[in-house]
Amino acid sequence: MPTIRDYADIAGKGAIEELYLLADRLSGKVVQNVNSTAVGGGVAEILIRMLPLLRDLGVDARWDVIKGDERFFATTKKIHNALHGVAVDINEDEFAGFLETNRMNASGMTFGDVVFVHDPQPIALIEERPQAGGRWVWRCHIDFSRPDEHVWRFLKTYVDRYDSAVFSAPAFARTLSIPQVLISPSIDPLSDKNRDLPAETIDGIFERFGIDRSRPVVTQISRFDFLKDPVGVIKAYRIAKRRVDCQLVLAGGGATDDPEGPAIMKQVMDEAEHDKDIHVLFLPPASDIEINALQRGSTVVLQKSLREGFGLTVAEALWKSCPTIAGAVGGIPLQIKHKYSGILTHSIEGTAHWIKQLLQEPAFARRLGQNGREHVKNNFLITRHIKDYLLLFLSLYHPDDIVYL
Amino acid sequence: MQPFVFYTKYDQTLLLGRRARNLQALLEGIKSVPDASLYFHTHRFLLQHHFLSPEPPNDFAYWVTEVLNDDALGERLSSADLVQYDSLADLRAFFVDALEESLRQTERVVDSPRGEEFHFMASRIFVLPTPYTAEGLNDFASILEHISISALYYHIFDAKLRLGHDDNDFSRWFADLGHEGLAAKMRLLDPYTQTMEGLRTQILSMVRRYAND
Repeated sequence: MPTIRDYADIAGKGAIEELYLLADRLSGKVVQNVNSTAVGGGVAEILIRMLPLLRDLGVDARWDVIKGDERFFATTKKIHNALHGVAVDINEDEFAGFLETNRMNASGMTFGDVVFVHDPQPIALIEERPQAGGRWVWRCHIDFSRPDEHVWRFLKTYVDRYDSAVFSAPAFARTLSIPQVLISPSIDPLSDKNRDLPAETIDGIFERFGIDRSRPVVTQISRFDFLKDPVGVIKAYRIAKRRVDCQLVLAGGGATDDPEGPAIMKQVMDEAEHDKDIHVLFLPPASDIEINALQRGSTVVLQKSLREGFGLTVAEALWKSCPTIAGAVGGIPLQIKHKYSGILTHSIEGTAHWIKQLLQEPAFARRLGQNGREHVKNNFLITRHIKDYLLLFLSLYHPDDIVYL
Repeated sequence: MQPFVFYTKYDQTLLLGRRARNLQALLEGIKSVPDASLYFHTHRFLLQHHFLSPEPPNDFAYWVTEVLNDDALGERLSSADLVQYDSLADLRAFFVDALEESLRQTERVVDSPRGEEFHFMASRIFVLPTPYTAEGLNDFASILEHISISALYYHIFDAKLRLGHDDNDFSRWFADLGHEGLAAKMRLLDPYTQTMEGLRTQILSMVRRYAND
């Protein structure tokens, strides 16, 4: 596991020194994270990488995981889906069971100076605040743009009792009585998925998959899921290929929890069967190096999503200076400013148009890629994420508009 | 003579929970959001995209051009000569006038596509002293050479409009030192139409010229 000093070569020595300056202001404070799973899932992944770095900086960062039975997690899954805008039916018993599990967990916990609660599962721990004291923050990691009203009303009564709420994209902001802070997720430039790779590794992986690097390669890395529009990607590629020779790589895992997944996969396979220049790669879960190499070796990267939470695959591609074309949904417009650091599209035809443009204007494409990398370097690396968290914790003690530390 | 203490700053982005789907709602928002929001939307690009030249325009202009496809109004909003404004109230009046005039001439109000609304935000600033202090112009130049972009940004942009110092910090100090000419030259610079590194180079060469005189 890298230490915080290892990031100085990428983020700059000054940026790391500044993190120490901020962390110093939190001296003596216990920052306690609470979520509902120790492994698997985005939140656990972030905490696993970030907590050691916070500790390197001298922050007393801790992590508790709440426990619950099957019924509790069935309810929280429903809540999760409802926040994504899916219609669900949660009855009063289920809400009561949810609260009971939260209360049970609270009774066995010791709370820190800052209690940092992640996602809805442990949200009702805030009931303990009058006894526990401290400053409390609720961090919502999920897409919150169209929550189910009934479930949101239930959660809101708890959210409003926190000192601050944190969301990942501006569209997730709600009308709340407490300050709302924007903290975007981040990528780790030293992870297998993002670290520099030797040219031989990239060549070897392309060779293994039978992709011809002497011709342009257009790639989309994503789950085979309706919302990532793999069929739309194939259609856009077909339109572009009428004018510019290229190959298409569609790489990712299956969507086991998506009922439409098998139908989408079949459609993709049917389409690909007739074209030897379409490479459909079903990658197993531990394929970070392969994904890294595919992005680095591609001429253009696509992320033609129809809906997206934040869409960190875009930041991953931009970090590798890949000219990137992506759907203008979710957090993607935060990562790409159209025609500056990438291309935003809204349709199959638009995507095809820009594939042609970027393949035929390599200098323009290169500039987009370079700007994209700079943008990610400044805004979407884990070091920026740590800085935002440190500011968040400090803001709980300094509510003014301009804070002199 | 007081030495110049270099400060640096960090921004925390706040979500105001207010959004606009069309020009009318954008105008209403601009009229009523706090100064910190107006400052955020007219200056955010400078830091987030400080490596880009030409600089992308302010958030209002960008949204009107790229989402509402109103090129003429977008151009007008992006032409806001930020350096000429001494207060955020004046800057707000510029945007309000431009939007009101556009709305008077428009026959129909166009809504943005769903998911591409304008979201009003603001920022909270955390200011910290750096370990760097300049006693004179030579000192100043050698520190300026390596100081972080955030520090440069703080003394040039935040000091004048966000903190309401009426002037950038460098000009104020140069004037205190008796270098009125340098202070005036610094005031005339347009820091909005160059990258932050370009700005650093330009200030450095001005300061070095005066230091060697």
